[in-house]
Amino acid sequence: MKGATGTTMFLTILLYVALIAFGAGLLYKIFNWFRYSISVGRRDISTSRRLGAAVSGILSMLFSAKILTLLKVFVLDVVLNVRILREDVLRWVMHMCLYGGFVLLLLMHALGQYTSAALFDDYYSTINPFLFLRDLFGVVVLVGVVIAVYRRFILRVPSLMSKAMDVYAIIIVAVIIVSGIVLQGTQVVSYSIYKEMVEDYSAASGGEEAEALEAYWVNNYGVVSPTMKRPFDEGLVVRGRQVHEMSCAECHARSQWGFASYGVAKVISPIAGGLDQAKVHMLLWYIHWFACLIGLAYLPFSKMFHLVASPVSLLANAVMDRGRSDPANIATRQMLELDACTHCGTCTSRCSVAAALEEIPNLNILPSEKILAIKGLAAGRELTDRERKDLQEGVYVCTNCYRCTVVCPVGINLQDLWFNVRETLLEKGIAEFSTLCPLSFSRGLMKAEMVHTDYQKPLTKAREAIVDKCELMKVPDKVVPLTQADRAFKSRLNLSGQASTFSVCFGCQTCTNVCPVVANYDNPQEILGLLPHQIMHACGLGVRDLAFGSNMLWDCLTCYQCQEQCPQGVCVTDVLYELKNLAVEYASGNTGESEGRP
Amino acid sequence: MMEFALFLGCNIPARLTQYDSASRAVLGGLDVRVVDIREFNCCGYPLRNINFKAFVLLSARNLALAERENLNVMTLCQCCFGSLKKVNHILKDDASLRKKVNATLGKEGLKYEGSLEVKHFLQVLYHDVGIASIQEKIARRYEGLTVATHYGCHILRPSQVVQFDDPLSPTLFDRLVEVTGAQSIYWPRRLECCGAPLCGINDDLSMDLTKKKLEDGRASGADYVCVACPYCHIQFDTIQETMLSEKRMNDRLPSILYPQVLGLCMGIDRRILGLEMNQVRIGAIEDFLSDGKNASGVTAAGPREDGCGEVA
Repeated sequence: MKGATGTTMFLTILLYVALIAFGAGLLYKIFNWFRYSISVGRRDISTSRRLGAAVSGILSMLFSAKILTLLKVFVLDVVLNVRILREDVLRWVMHMCLYGGFVLLLLMHALGQYTSAALFDDYYSTINPFLFLRDLFGVVVLVGVVIAVYRRFILRVPSLMSKAMDVYAIIIVAVIIVSGIVLQGTQVVSYSIYKEMVEDYSAASGGEEAEALEAYWVNNYGVVSPTMKRPFDEGLVVRGRQVHEMSCAECHARSQWGFASYGVAKVISPIAGGLDQAKVHMLLWYIHWFACLIGLAYLPFSKMFHLVASPVSLLANAVMDRGRSDPANIATRQMLELDACTHCGTCTSRCSVAAALEEIPNLNILPSEKILAIKGLAAGRELTDRERKDLQEGVYVCTNCYRCTVVCPVGINLQDLWFNVRETLLEKGIAEFSTLCPLSFSRGLMKAEMVHTDYQKPLTKAREAIVDKCELMKVPDKVVPLTQADRAFKSRLNLSGQASTFSVCFGCQTCTNVCPVVANYDNPQEILGLLPHQIMHACGLGVRDLAFGSNMLWDCLTCYQCQEQCPQGVCVTDVLYELKNLAVEYASGNTGESEGRP
Repeated sequence: MMEFALFLGCNIPARLTQYDSASRAVLGGLDVRVVDIREFNCCGYPLRNINFKAFVLLSARNLALAERENLNVMTLCQCCFGSLKKVNHILKDDASLRKKVNATLGKEGLKYEGSLEVKHFLQVLYHDVGIASIQEKIARRYEGLTVATHYGCHILRPSQVVQFDDPLSPTLFDRLVEVTGAQSIYWPRRLECCGAPLCGINDDLSMDLTKKKLEDGRASGADYVCVACPYCHIQFDTIQETMLSEKRMNDRLPSILYPQVLGLCMGIDRRILGLEMNQVRIGAIEDFLSDGKNASGVTAAGPREDGCGEVA
């Protein structure tokens, strides 16, 4: 700008370094979309095959009727953010301010010499409408920043968990905009810049003309002169105006049009002389410039990368589905979706099971947190056993209600993502006890699609893991020494108050006789282990292992026939429910109970 | 005007949108207003096997949300119904548990006092709207249609908690089916489980039970099995289709959702009822509909007070 040529060159070099870093980062990130995969059975698709599939997929899309869908999604979802609007008006205002203002600033101001100059013959950043618009856009972005800070740190939107990258994003934008506006303010008041400009452009020859011009600028443009103060002789200002119109007016709208920076100028004018001497405007200029370069160079690795990935995700998801699209492209799409995620928390705010977090303390239950863990997984990071277990439970404790997918502002097919990650993790063979509850319903419905996975394995694994903990199940004839009975076990059947009713069972077998599961087998005991009445009896005896180890427990339909018909009022189904709870607790080692208590 | 918070649960919006649209259309036609509470979450049912406390918390949160709006809850799902009923029951009963749950709910400013009633769609139709009022809205009736009415376990049992109807010999749903002119037949396995709770856990067993029920319905002479629960319907529809394609079953018994049955009689557009959205085709049911003139004659005859399918 106004620096010496040496500095200019240095700055130009920096700009190119930042641009190269940005470009290389962009390529690296995009390449990763094609390199990694989180889907089972998709790891074998080579990068080149995936690149080819993407190109042919995109081409065939562009020359088909789906182009209309793409256009619609582009206008509504990408440009107008309708998905965010549907969710939350304040958030929509925030996002429109941030991204709208920033993109406009980028186009009009940062790239001004290419864009604005090409579009308008007489482009100068110091004339209107550009002078006004620059401040307007800047203030619009600032409004967005203020709302963002308000939502995160004052309103504390519950689903919004701030990580370092979220804070970075807010800070970098705020620094760029605030430094820009304050910079402009210091330039308005700067006497040295005024002098420089006068020397370069003004025809003011004699001392008197120069004095008149200075008076005019101090009076009307906010320049703070070390010698001249208001009020001025009116004649002098009128003469100054004539000189101004000859030399300056063509390139300078009144500073007041840049309303924000002019406000700053007014505030700092009492100390303007000192600021000018200390060349604070140069310092601010460097801050502004460096912040922009850092923002640019780091963009591909920051949350801001969603500027690139989110539109792609929205567009891709508008025209792809699991059934019909090329698996290679699905694998690629899922990788880019991970980059499109801004950790905005919309999914979590609408998650059907998020509230269970209070009882199942595993952050991975929340979709917005799961996806962070999945990012690590996708980049090939080795998860510890604990992390793997938590993520596995997190993706399984999901009712597959699709609400996260429906509301995701960047159109990520989260449900598909959970599905793939779930199967990938289950494949590893760590027992997942939530497979033994109706959360498995949708997995059951998708059985036909699971050609790449061993569908049955996780179900068998979970049952085995429980039986494995039950020593008595390994004893062939299951002779029970009564001294080993776990008396405390009975008292733990206490969750709902109904379960203790097992004690009044007198063994009439009605429960077993009306059970449709028992009736389904010719040899029920062989298949189911203990039958319902025997389980009630086992509870009475405190032989935990036999109850936990029986298939009957997991094959119970919870149809309540047994409970309804028990002549003694034993809440058979409720007892079975509680036994299942206890068995899972016991097998996952979450319980404080000592084993084999005498 | 009657007003309820409509509790859809997870399955209906994700996998069975026709049940949603058909029910809303029917309820609208019967002057029942429904309110959607966006913050509703899972009823907790799927978690009950593994974490009772999470189950209670999830249900309680829904109840608290509805109570905040001062609205009773209406569900379309037997399992949601059973869960919400159960938790409503124990929270009303057990003050110390309620206190604990409210301490957790309090973190997001919620609280459940225990003032609500949870009702199933069928109960609302039967008790709140009434057979007579439904009859008034019926424009066309079925003739010669036989239906195997399937209640679903969690709407009937445990009767002490759900208090829906006589658990061993219920008639409420049969009467609702019969008001359309269809005959609700007796079939031996009518009160048994559809098999859905074990779908994904023990598929063979789950399908065995589904198959037995459907075959029983067919053998008893039913043209359709009529349901009012997404789990039961998906089991009888999607899973039946799978079994047919895998040759585990040979003859089909299409499953139809009750609001689809009733909606056609009320003259609701078949697209709103989503007749094409069921996997096992049900479009042929329209052939059983008599035209409007006949229907008015039937209506003039007055409501059948003895319309219990079981007796038939």
